[in-house]
Amino acid sequence: MDLDYGPEYDAFRKQVRDFIEAHGHLAPPYAARAARPSSKAVQWQKLLIEQGYTARTIPAEYGGYGAEPDILKSRIISEEFSRAGVPGGLANQGISMLVPTLLELGTEEQKHRWIEPTLKGEVVWCQGYSEPGAGSDLASVKTSARVENGEFVINGQKIWTSTAKQADMIFCLVRTEPDASKHDGISYLIFSMDTPGIEVRPLKTMTGDAEFNETFFTDVRVPLDQIVGRRGQGWLVANATLGHERGMLGDPDALENRLQALIALMQDERIGQDRAIDNPVLRDRLVALQAEVSAMKCNGMRNLSNNLKGEPGGMAKLIVKLQSCEIAHQISALAIDAMGEMGTLYHRSPRERDGGAWQWNYMFQLGLIIGGGTAQIQKNIIAERGLEMPREPKLAKISDAAKATADMPRHKQGSA
Amino acid sequence: MDFGLSQDQQMLRDAVARCLADTCPLDHVRECAERDNPLSDKVLRAVQDLGIPGMLVPEEHGGLGMTLLDAAIVAEQLAYAVAPVPFLASHVLAPIALSEAGSEEQKAQWLPKIASGEARIAVAISETIEARDGAVVSSADGRLNGTALFCLDFEGADAYIVADAGGRLHLAAADAFRLETIPLTTIDRTRSVGELRFGGTEAELLADDNGTTTARLRDAGRVILAADSLGAGQAMIEKAVDYSGQREQFGRLIGSFQAVKHMCAEMAARHEPCRSLVWYAAHAFGAMPEDVSLVACHAKSHTGEVHRFVARTSTEVHGGMGFTDLIGLHYWFKRIGFDRQVLGGPETVRAEAAALQGWIKAA
Repeated sequence: MDLDYGPEYDAFRKQVRDFIEAHGHLAPPYAARAARPSSKAVQWQKLLIEQGYTARTIPAEYGGYGAEPDILKSRIISEEFSRAGVPGGLANQGISMLVPTLLELGTEEQKHRWIEPTLKGEVVWCQGYSEPGAGSDLASVKTSARVENGEFVINGQKIWTSTAKQADMIFCLVRTEPDASKHDGISYLIFSMDTPGIEVRPLKTMTGDAEFNETFFTDVRVPLDQIVGRRGQGWLVANATLGHERGMLGDPDALENRLQALIALMQDERIGQDRAIDNPVLRDRLVALQAEVSAMKCNGMRNLSNNLKGEPGGMAKLIVKLQSCEIAHQISALAIDAMGEMGTLYHRSPRERDGGAWQWNYMFQLGLIIGGGTAQIQKNIIAERGLEMPREPKLAKISDAAKATADMPRHKQGSA
Repeated sequence: MDFGLSQDQQMLRDAVARCLADTCPLDHVRECAERDNPLSDKVLRAVQDLGIPGMLVPEEHGGLGMTLLDAAIVAEQLAYAVAPVPFLASHVLAPIALSEAGSEEQKAQWLPKIASGEARIAVAISETIEARDGAVVSSADGRLNGTALFCLDFEGADAYIVADAGGRLHLAAADAFRLETIPLTTIDRTRSVGELRFGGTEAELLADDNGTTTARLRDAGRVILAADSLGAGQAMIEKAVDYSGQREQFGRLIGSFQAVKHMCAEMAARHEPCRSLVWYAAHAFGAMPEDVSLVACHAKSHTGEVHRFVARTSTEVHGGMGFTDLIGLHYWFKRIGFDRQVLGGPETVRAEAAALQGWIKAA
């Protein structure tokens, strides 16, 4: 056990810290929900790329900083920006999902054309994966792309396309080989959201905002070369990057920040003369959550170490999305409980706390428990990959059994 | 930066695991548990051969001078095997108390004997956490009066380290005059506890430092109980997964049912971060003494909660068999129950964690 990063990294940490101190005032305010970066955010992004504090390991020829991968330096950057409460580089689906996909599987032409403007915040992407009939069972996507006159012609519907309204481009899973098996018939296409035949309808959620959209395609024509990987390989291409999304949802620094905000709230919020934290039941729940967050931070350090040593992540990694989303949700739940009746205030009400952020988070985090691989899918993965438990029997067998059950003679309802 | 076990520590873990797999199969645990004195001489000898009694004894006193993280690794394995041997008090807390607070004479008298396995010292500090049944120990003029409950590793001890109401530590011989000792029987037959009744019993002062050493023993004890809980929880998860991979119902392995799979996944998901937390807490005991009390509270309370869930869920996965004595799953269930309650249950320990952070208003 050695928790020391060593002198080289201590020096690097100081350098990051000095930078944040000197330039932090240039950072845009946190605007997690703004899809289209402001000009201030674009300027900040440019500065961070120049310094190597974002897009750090992306080769310079594609607009990145071009450093050798160094897990500890990346970790230090994330820790220091988080600690200072200063936003780091842009984190959108284009940067976190499309860019790694192109780096791994794109053509040279695609890399040169798309990575740099995406990193700079000039091109905003949305993700066309889920469909009304293809959620947890993503490989059953039905949106079709038939080839006609040297073009793909796309018809169908996507859902959960966050930022589709603001996006310039979409990366999209479509079925190009209708006769191939479920997983082998999908292709990964990239095309402009200005293409005729695309309609975006906001999808209002329980938070009251429309964080997502439904996107409809009617005879949308896309050139054949706007494909990443080969035809029929889309499932593999998408899977190369789904892991990046799950990683994004499990940052232990983010949990720690939420916890600190909760502690501050419980010290400020008054119940009569007492602070909320003086209530022994609420306080007990707070310490229990603090222990959970502490365990996840330690688990994060273990994952970091495994990563450094090039060892497989194992169970410690598999459980991160499930546990982090659950704990984040419980943190918001306790905040609401600590506020009592005030915990219901929302929609810019008088006396609302923190702009309604706790209620918004409580609802949105439930969305995160469901999105990016539902909690139930995560548990299947933990059980089957982590614990090597037996897989479900073939679905065909089950549907035969279901059919047999359905054909069974039944008593009429109400008859004894 | 390396958050994890060193190669030596992995070797230690594997050596202890192998030794216990050989000497402490479940049949042996059961045989011991059904006797009046359930401690196993056979397993104790095997553990002594590995040098475990001297792990925390400094090298100049004949020990190995190892760390609390090493001891936590051993605790995890002992619990995994539900080994009926003394460890927490006799091989961890007593050597820590003596080496951190003892006089040169006390160290010379006891530490080499602890390391060699010739002597065992039990430890009674529960009243400094919460007093039950009015138990309290007072001291004056080298004599102790009152009662100490939950003296750990009680059976066969040659002496007792006892905390008084002022947090001072005293050392009383087991055969001291005016000392009555009463064994207590817990759910967990693999560890022994007892009650000490002092009626003007002669005892030497071990630590008079405003409770500093007593607090160190609380911290270390909680970390080791958390590690024990971790090992017992690990065993219960593995058993649930194995059982559900063998048992068939409705023509299928029950482990292929999502209901069962999700129970196992939930156990694993809550259990796995405990491992890192326990390692961190054990490491902090030596490396970050100013931080250890809080993280020891977190480790103790969190493993207590998580493994109560694991204990019941694993039992449920085993169905009716889990409830019987036939497969002996209950030995781990009870070990987890003991780990949760002793040296402060989760609520007590969380209140302490809150106080450490200044979150409790002074009355």
